[in-house]
Amino acid sequence: MAEPLLEVRNLSVHFPTEDGIVKAVDGLSFSIQPGETLGVVGESGSGKSVSFLTVMGLINRKSALVEGEVIFQGQDLLKLPGEELQAIRGAKIAMIFQDPMTSLHPFYRVGDQVAEAILAHEDISKKEAAKRSVEMLGRVNIPRPDERARQYPHEFSGGMRQRAMIAMALSLNPDLLIADEPTTALDVTVQAQILTLIDRLQSEFNTAVALITHDLGVVAEHCDHIQVMYAGRIVEEGTGDDIYYNPMMPYTWGLMRSIPRLGAETDRLTPIMGSPPSLIHLPDGCSFSPRCPYVFDRCHQEDPALIAVDGRHAAACHLPLEERDRIVAEEVLSTS
Amino acid sequence: MSTVEASAAASSPKRKGQPLLKLEGLVKHFPITRGIIFQKQVGAVHAVDGVDLEVYPGETLGLVGETGCGKSTLARVAMRLYEPTGGRVLFDGQDITGVKGDELRAIRRDMQMIFQDPYASLNPRKTIGTIIGAPLRLHRTVPKDKIKPEVQELMQLVGLNPEHYNRYPHEFSGGQRQRIGVARALALKPKLIVCDEPVSALDVSIQAQILNLLSDLQAELNLTYLFIAHDLSVVKHVSDRVSVMYLGKIVETADGDGLYKEPKHPYTGALLSAVPIADPRLAKAKKQIILEGDVPSPIDPPSGCRFHPRCYNAQELCSVEEPELREMGPTHVASCHFPLETRIIETSVNPEPRSSS
Repeated sequence: MAEPLLEVRNLSVHFPTEDGIVKAVDGLSFSIQPGETLGVVGESGSGKSVSFLTVMGLINRKSALVEGEVIFQGQDLLKLPGEELQAIRGAKIAMIFQDPMTSLHPFYRVGDQVAEAILAHEDISKKEAAKRSVEMLGRVNIPRPDERARQYPHEFSGGMRQRAMIAMALSLNPDLLIADEPTTALDVTVQAQILTLIDRLQSEFNTAVALITHDLGVVAEHCDHIQVMYAGRIVEEGTGDDIYYNPMMPYTWGLMRSIPRLGAETDRLTPIMGSPPSLIHLPDGCSFSPRCPYVFDRCHQEDPALIAVDGRHAAACHLPLEERDRIVAEEVLSTS
Repeated sequence: MSTVEASAAASSPKRKGQPLLKLEGLVKHFPITRGIIFQKQVGAVHAVDGVDLEVYPGETLGLVGETGCGKSTLARVAMRLYEPTGGRVLFDGQDITGVKGDELRAIRRDMQMIFQDPYASLNPRKTIGTIIGAPLRLHRTVPKDKIKPEVQELMQLVGLNPEHYNRYPHEFSGGQRQRIGVARALALKPKLIVCDEPVSALDVSIQAQILNLLSDLQAELNLTYLFIAHDLSVVKHVSDRVSVMYLGKIVETADGDGLYKEPKHPYTGALLSAVPIADPRLAKAKKQIILEGDVPSPIDPPSGCRFHPRCYNAQELCSVEEPELREMGPTHVASCHFPLETRIIETSVNPEPRSSS
């Protein structure tokens, strides 16, 4: 396998608060290959956003305890001084956010905001930057980009704003695009437009994409590699086929059984019992153990490591593999 | 009127006699005014523009559509929270369009609502006992000293611990808050509950808990739901029949399976294609339809068929003549001059579990 573009090793992000230490991310390791789409799924509070904000250097180091390594193209981003990080952020790693309404500045013309990103990293004239920004708006399928560039964000619809954000993020041809719930605020039809656009641009620019979402449908359709997060860790990772047709971890099973799907007949959903644990008082042993229907003694004592099942498919669970194979065949796939 | 007949033809599998809620030619326009002292109307937002709809006792009617298509406005007009601009609302056979005062209050006992955002729909300064008991106090259906036991029974019914009677909303998680909202809606033993995006703010594992709770309650209390959501997979799961709305009009109504297996309106087809399916092989097998552009402004809806500027099947006729809802099957109506004939989503390729690789 080629050298990974990004490798995160044993990353922990802890926030000290009055009530105790919030372990938002706790011993996270993963990698992204060049040009690949990584899907990161998990519920609110599973640490998916915090871990990628840390990669971008957007977590305030004064209020958080960050440990571990974030190796991007051979450099540890966590150890880089501010200026050098600034040169990478935006140019080599770009990010788009959930809410396109709040991530654009309401007082500046859209074209100028895209141009500003280019000017921050490249030594070119304002005129050239403006020209490039119009060109980028055109590439993300905004009709009449020269007119649109002179408009303000309030004159754009939600989908158009997200396109403008993507234009801004890709204007410097980054190697990695982090998309944090890019379509959660949008209607399904617009979501489909935006996701196909990201797919297309990804192959044009050969950008790696980390797609953070809570929607298991979105990752199934758009990602090469998927990691499932729970309580600040990865509990399972693998290809789409691994995760959807051969999941090896009770939390993933729970997710699969709790979503209604078009095309599949489900009379009744099987929800996961209880609710996610407090990140201040994580349960002993496996953090999913209090909600796990297959729990046994060892789960309360020992935290399971993420162990490879085959290839890049790995899961963190103490259940013996044969037992898990049986449960998947008899209980998980038969009901979904 | 032919449209009324056509919509009546899309009968429900659970259809039993009289519809519980019936909307006839319902119109709701919000005026746009200009001027400060002398306000004159310069236009109107056509939020709901001639909707006929029937909800039968004991069934769940799903209502889907994009933001701004008028689905929430429709529900609010049906509940008489907005005054309709035109048309009639019939509840349990009675015309309630012009009903006022005490009579309206009495009718509202039978129709309740569950809201989308469990964080915004509960007063943070009131205990949940007070919140759930509020309808009981307002409508005086239960003597004062019986309110607490009644509320605790409701809490038990929706899966909350009755000992938490005196706690405040912030002490509960999103899913539990939505249970509080459900308990409040049930307090007056209504016949109809309008669920306006009840699970879209919740995480998937919690969403399933609430959907199961709603279906258990329906079976137990013989409730009728008008279930509004933008997530088609959720709507399909809960609904007996589904209506698709576009720019203030219903463009297609069918029973759940019919809509997914044989969509007739191109807009329904596009919606189905856009829904991400949590199954990589089914997802690959589905037809790709990407709609261009955004929903047009409801201030000045397009001529003819409202969907024609974005429609991939549009022909000349579509921009001239507005199609009426017509029968496409025993339980299926759609308004399209050139209905779809192909499937969008394959339903049967539920694949074998992969042995090993």
